Formats: sequence, structure tokens, C-alpha cells
Amino acid sequence: MPLLLFTSLVFTGSLAAGLLGALTGLGGGVVLVPLLTLGFHVDIRYAIGASLVSVIATSSGSAAAYVREGFSSVRIGMFLEIATTIGAVFGAFLATRVPTHALATVFGVVLLYSAWLSWRQTRRPATPPHPRNPWSDRLRMSGSYPDGSGGRCNYTVDRIAGGFAAMFGAGTLSGLLGIGSGAVKVLAMDRVMRIPFKVSTTTSNFMIGVTAAASAGIYLQRGYIDPGLAFPVMLGVLAGSLLGARYLVRARVSLLRSIFTLVILALGVEMIINGWMGKS
Amino acid sequence: MILKNTIAAAPPARFDDRRMETIMGRLLQAGVLLASVVVLLGGALYLKAHAGTPVNYRTFTGEAVNLRYPARLFSLLKTGDPEAIVQLGILLLIATPVARVVFAVIGFAIERDRLYVVISLIVLAVLTFSLFH
Repeated sequence: MPLLLFTSLVFTGSLAAGLLGALTGLGGGVVLVPLLTLGFHVDIRYAIGASLVSVIATSSGSAAAYVREGFSSVRIGMFLEIATTIGAVFGAFLATRVPTHALATVFGVVLLYSAWLSWRQTRRPATPPHPRNPWSDRLRMSGSYPDGSGGRCNYTVDRIAGGFAAMFGAGTLSGLLGIGSGAVKVLAMDRVMRIPFKVSTTTSNFMIGVTAAASAGIYLQRGYIDPGLAFPVMLGVLAGSLLGARYLVRARVSLLRSIFTLVILALGVEMIINGWMGKS
Repeated sequence: MILKNTIAAAPPARFDDRRMETIMGRLLQAGVLLASVVVLLGGALYLKAHAGTPVNYRTFTGEAVNLRYPARLFSLLKTGDPEAIVQLGILLLIATPVARVVFAVIGFAIERDRLYVVISLIVLAVLTFSLFH
């Protein structure tokens, strides 16, 4: 395929991935790698390198919009970034040692898990009330967020060690597969640490960029980031996600999410089969 | 008594956290914008130079060594190499979240929050290790 055609097609595909990722809140990175490897026959190492770059761009590009809402917590984010960045460095080192067909298989499993999370998210219960953990104040992570009627809701964090460990896992996945792993980060804060959902999602967005930057340095030195591939991917995903955030139509999101969930499910199965047969 | 109540209602630390986050948000946005412009410029030049060349990403060969390390990249930049310009944009992009952490160190220092200065420095150390190890 000539370069001009290839670049245009990759840009269009990345734009769609970013748009869908923003509209459904699942992130574009998770479909980007399967799109590049299965659709364009790109080696998975180039694919995760380009994907990681786009993850940094979308996370940083949308940060200002998230801050305006007033939910994110810079302290919770910074504290947990210790775990995610160390995990990301570990994951990036693993990525350079694991055979590519194993990478593809792990990626497929993560896709299946994302599909399951996404399907379940429609029927989530509220964060359960929990006793006040003294470490929440000692580590200055207790905070408040606007409750929508002019007042503020206070919250504390719980099970900090468990959340920290889960964040290490999220960082490792991010570094290993070149994804933002936002879903795992939200899970660690919302489910494990019992932080309110809105605070978890906005803080997670901040953390994704720093986490990805930790593995990007290693990817760069190992030659995983190809400028010719990274440039249409980065610009496409960024444009798509900014467009998606602007035209977020509430009414259609549930249908869109169902379709996207099915797409992720199908891609996951295909990645696993290909990985198993040693094709990627 | 009155003084105590005012402090409880509007603790200065909270206010500073919000301001810090607002500035961080803008910092990140500016970084991404700058990086995107550089990447777009390099990408356009790259397309112009190689428009008809067939593409092969099927086999992994790794990038040219010159494109992997900042020091070598800069010598390549002087010749106006399109791929080096894209790679510079990507470096700027990677530097953006790093700058956010640097700013957090400064912000927490202004708030006199030693614990979080140390926490931010640990994150910065991990980032520095991965970039320059």
C-alpha cells in the first residue's frame, strides 16, 4: 500500500476510534491496537507504541475540561501515580521480553474483560457507605466535590493498600499493552478504595497521561515508536476524542455503548485466536 | 471564635489545590497543542517526501537509532529531517505530563505540604528513570 493511502486510512480509523472512545467513555486505545494489527497488519510492537502516544495526547488534551467540573483530586491522583508509574516501567520492560503472540493473547483477554465491564456498568450500585479510615486524613486524601445544588459532598478513601496494589496492576497493563487502562484505574478507586464514581473517573483521566509517559521513554529507546505510524494515529485519535467530547449526545450513548461493547468482544476473540495460532 | 469559623469554612489549602489543578489543566492543553502542531508539520513534510513509497509495518525492525535518543535526534533535526520533526513533537508530548508533575512539586511546596512534595518527587524520579536510564 502506498504511504499516502495508508496514512489516510490509518488517520480515518484512528479518528473513528477516538470518537467512539470518547462517546462511550471507554477510551480509544483499546480498539486502536486491534485495528492496526488485524486491519492494517502492523506488527503489534509498532501498534502499541503508536497507541501509547495517542493515549498521552487524549488524556492531556481533555484534562482542562475535566478540571472545570471540579471533581478531580490532585492528591489522590499524585499518590496513586507512584504505583501506576512504577507499574508502567515494569510493564514496558515486560513488553520487550514477552513474545508477540503472547502479547496479542493478553491483549485479547483485556478486551474481553473491558467488554464485560462495559456491559456491567449500566447496572452499577452506588458506592456503599464505609467507616472512616484514619489514613485517609493522614495522607490528606479526604476531599469534597460539588453535589450539583450549590453545596459540597465530603468523601474519604478506604482500603488504600489494596487500591495502591490495583494501581500497580493498572500501570503494568498500560506499559505492557500501550493502553490507558482507565477502566482498571476507575475500578481501583471506585470499587476498591470506595471513592465516588465521578471523582474516580476524572482523577483517572489525569493519571493516564503520567502513567503512559512513564512507559513511553522505554518504548522510544526500544524503537517501538515509529514517526510515520505515530503521527496519523496521534492526530486522528486526538481529533476524534475532542470531537466526541464536544458532541456527546446523551440519548444515543447506551445504544452506541452496546455496539462498541460487541465490537470489543469480537476484536478480543480475534486477537486471542490470532495470538494462539501465532499469527501476530 | 469567628476567626476559627472562617478557617473551617474556607481552608486555604483547598483553594490552592483547585487553582493548582486549573493551571495544570491549561499547562497540559498548551503542551498537547504545541506537540500536535510540531507533529502535523513533520507529518506533512514526511508525506510530501515519501507519498508513493510502499508501506511495510508487518515486520518489526525497530526505529533507526538516531530517532531513539534525544541527543542524536537534535543533530538530525538540523538537517530538517521530517521523521525527526515528528519525533520531536512526540518528545514534547511525553514531556507534557512530566511538566505537570514538576509543577505539582512547585505547587505543593507553595502550599507547604511536605508530604506531597515528597510524593510528587517520587513520581518525578520514576519518570526521569524511564526517560534517561
